[in-house]
Amino acid sequence: MLEVRNLSVVYPDVTAVEGVGLTVASGESLGVVGESGSGKSTLALAIMRLIQPPGRVVSGEVIFDGRDLLKLPEPEMVKVRGARISMIFQDPFTSLNPVFTVGEQIAETIRLHQGMNRVDAWAGAVRMLETVHIKEAAKRAHDYPHQFSGGMRQRVMIAMALACRPEILIADEPTTALDATIQAEVVRLLREVQAEFNLGIIYITHSFDIIKALCRRVIVINKGRVVEAGETEKILSEPAQNYTKKLINSLRELHAAH
Amino acid sequence: MRRVNRQALFGAALLGFFVILAIIAPLIAPYNPDEIVESQTLAPSLSHLFGTDDLGRDLFSRALHGARISLTVGFVAVLISVLIGTLFGAVSGYYGGFLDSVIMRFVDVMLAFPSIFLILAIQSMLTPNIYNVMAVIGLTSWMGVARLVRGEFLRIRELQYVEAARAIGCSDPRIIFRHILPNAQSPIIVAATLGMAGAILTESALSFLGLGVQPPMASWGNMLMDSQAYLFDAPWMSIIPGLLILLTVLSLYFVGEGLREKLNVRG
Repeated sequence: MLEVRNLSVVYPDVTAVEGVGLTVASGESLGVVGESGSGKSTLALAIMRLIQPPGRVVSGEVIFDGRDLLKLPEPEMVKVRGARISMIFQDPFTSLNPVFTVGEQIAETIRLHQGMNRVDAWAGAVRMLETVHIKEAAKRAHDYPHQFSGGMRQRVMIAMALACRPEILIADEPTTALDATIQAEVVRLLREVQAEFNLGIIYITHSFDIIKALCRRVIVINKGRVVEAGETEKILSEPAQNYTKKLINSLRELHAAH
Repeated sequence: MRRVNRQALFGAALLGFFVILAIIAPLIAPYNPDEIVESQTLAPSLSHLFGTDDLGRDLFSRALHGARISLTVGFVAVLISVLIGTLFGAVSGYYGGFLDSVIMRFVDVMLAFPSIFLILAIQSMLTPNIYNVMAVIGLTSWMGVARLVRGEFLRIRELQYVEAARAIGCSDPRIIFRHILPNAQSPIIVAATLGMAGAILTESALSFLGLGVQPPMASWGNMLMDSQAYLFDAPWMSIIPGLLILLTVLSLYFVGEGLREKLNVRG
C-alpha cells in the first residue's frame, strides 16, 4: 500500500503541489483528476522522487512498505523505481528510446532489477509483450519503437512498467495522446493486468471519462490542492465543488456535441 | 541534394583510396622513404613517379609513408578531442547548474586562446614527436565538440524517454551513456569528420614549422617544409604534398557535409 501525506512541491515561481494526501491499496485504482497545470503530473513525479531542480519537495511523506520514500538514500530509491513502483507516461511517441528495440528496453528493466542474464531477460521481455497482447511477440521484440503504432507503443510501455511485477503503477494520462477506440483498449488492458498482478494503480487524467470505467475512488486536484475526494459514483452524482462540476460538465458537453 | 550526395561519394571514395594506400604503404612503396636512392631533385619520371627531394629520397615512397603519419595523427587527435569533448559536454548538459557554468567558462577560456599559438607554445616545451603532436592537437580542439554535445544533452534530457529511463530505475551514468549518448551520435560523427580535416591541417602546419613530426620520418607537412627552398627549382616537391593535403581535407569536408545532410544534423 502507498500512502502520501501532506505532500508539497514548489518551483521558484509557483507552488505546484500543496499539502496533497492520498492512499492506494494493492488491487485498487485511485483516480486523480484535474485541469492541465493543476499539478497532477508533478504529484506523480514527486511520488517517484523524480522532481528535477529547480523544483523541490518541501514537505510531506510518501509511505511505501513502511518506509518514507522521500527519506530513502538515492541508491535505495533506484531499487524501488521500476521494480516496485512503476510509471507510464502521456506520450507513447516520445517515451520509448528510438535507438533501441522494444525488446532491449523491456529486457533492460528486468536486468537492472533482477540481475538476470541477457537470454533470460530477453525471454522475460517477450513474455511481457505477450502479456500485453502484442501479436507475434517473439518477432516484434526485435522491432524499433517507430515500427509500432501509438496504441501498441503504450502497450510496450505498460509491458516495460510491469516487467518486474511492481506493486504500484502510476499512469500519467496514458491515453490522452491516443484516439478513442485505442483508449478503450488500453483501459481494458490496464484492468486486465491489474487483476493479474494485483496492482495498485494511480490513474492521472483530466477527464472523468476513464475514471468512471476504472476507478472506484477519485481525488480532484485544483491549483495543487485536493479540492474533493471520495467515491467516484458519489462525486459524479453530487459534486460538492464548482470546479468539479465544471470538469464533469465539460465532459457532458463533449458527449452532447457528438 | 543530388549534388551533395555525389560530392560525399567522391570524398568517401578518395578518402578510402588514401586510407588503403596508407595501410599498404610498406608493401607498395618502391623505395625506403628515408633512404637516399638517387640524385637530388630529380623531376617525376617512370622510376620516380613523384621525383626525388633535396636529399635524393624517392618522393612517391615518402608521400605514401607520409599518408600513414598524417592520417594516423589526424585520426588519433580527433579521437582524443571527441572523447574529452563528449565527456565534458555530456556532464555539462546533463547536470546543468553550477557544474555546467564552470565547464562552459573553461571552454570559453580555451577558445579564447588562438589555438595554433597555444599548440606552438606547448610543442616548443615538449620534445616534438608524433605522440605529443596527437595529444596536443586533441587537447586543444575538444571545445567545439563539448559545446555541441552539451546542446544535444540539453535537448534530449527533456525528452520523455529519459524520464522513463529514470522511472525504471536507471542511474545517472547509465542514462548519460546508454540512453542519451546514442541519440546524440549523429552530430558527433559529423563533428569528428570535420574535426579530422582540421587536425590534419594543424599537423601539417606544425610539421611545416618544424614542431610536429620530426625528420627523417615523413609527414605531408614536413615534406612541405623540405620543399621551401626549392619552390622554383623543384616545384613537384611542394605541389605533391600540398595537393595530397588539399585532397584529403576536401574529401573529409565533402564526407562531413554529406553525413550532415544524410543524418539530418542541424547546421
